[in-house]
Amino acid sequence: MGNPMRIRASASGDVVEVKVLMRHDMETGQRKDPSGAVVPAHFIQTLVAKCNDKLVLDSLMGTSISKDPFLSFKFKGGAKGDKVTITWTDNTGDSRTDEAVVS
Amino acid sequence: MNQSRRDALRIATVLGLAITAGILKPTDVFAADWKSGGFDAKSLQEALKSLGASGAQISTDVAVNGPDIAENGAVVPVSVTSKAAKTEFMAILVEKNPNPLSASFVIPGGTEPTISTRVKMGGTSNVHALVKADGKWLIASKEIKVTLGGCGG
Repeated sequence: MGNPMRIRASASGDVVEVKVLMRHDMETGQRKDPSGAVVPAHFIQTLVAKCNDKLVLDSLMGTSISKDPFLSFKFKGGAKGDKVTITWTDNTGDSRTDEAVVS
Repeated sequence: MNQSRRDALRIATVLGLAITAGILKPTDVFAADWKSGGFDAKSLQEALKSLGASGAQISTDVAVNGPDIAENGAVVPVSVTSKAAKTEFMAILVEKNPNPLSASFVIPGGTEPTISTRVKMGGTSNVHALVKADGKWLIASKEIKVTLGGCGG
């Protein structure tokens, strides 16, 4: 289990803006530690966002996404009180799911 | 006595292998999905090819927004926007990174084709937004100058 995400979903009209801040090292596998050993790659590969079980974003990520990834997107058809669920999976098979209520 | 110990060892080994296999399986599946997305491509052309977007056309319907000069290449805010109808896929590519493809997004109907995130940049490079809209590949670029690289250390 990774660290918790911070998710903010706010509705204006029927458009919901979602902002996600994940806590993840996003190691590229190209960096070396002070002793010269390569730090193994550890990064988020997939991210799926759903609103009340309806898919709103399906994403793949590479190593060049910044540490503690930030993602922001908008979708239509959401309303206050809807539940936004976000799940990521990293290259070690670790995953984390968090949810937020649209405000 | 000795024999039963051997048996116990044997069973433990087999169980261990099975569990490892069980744990590794989902990872492999994700990795395969991820690799087919062009993330391990080493050049822009290679990445476009593995996405099936070699013939992408430069379009003004697509835009990359970001700073003109990024002080810190480790965190460069980038947003991609498409005005093309029926946008179904978007990707962010940083041309001079070791693996140009940063992220790809499948946009289901109802989701607006505007995405913001933060990427790492090894140095000054063109950042491309690749969009698939109505079966056509469109691309737009912006050069972002980096004063301090974000890859390596």
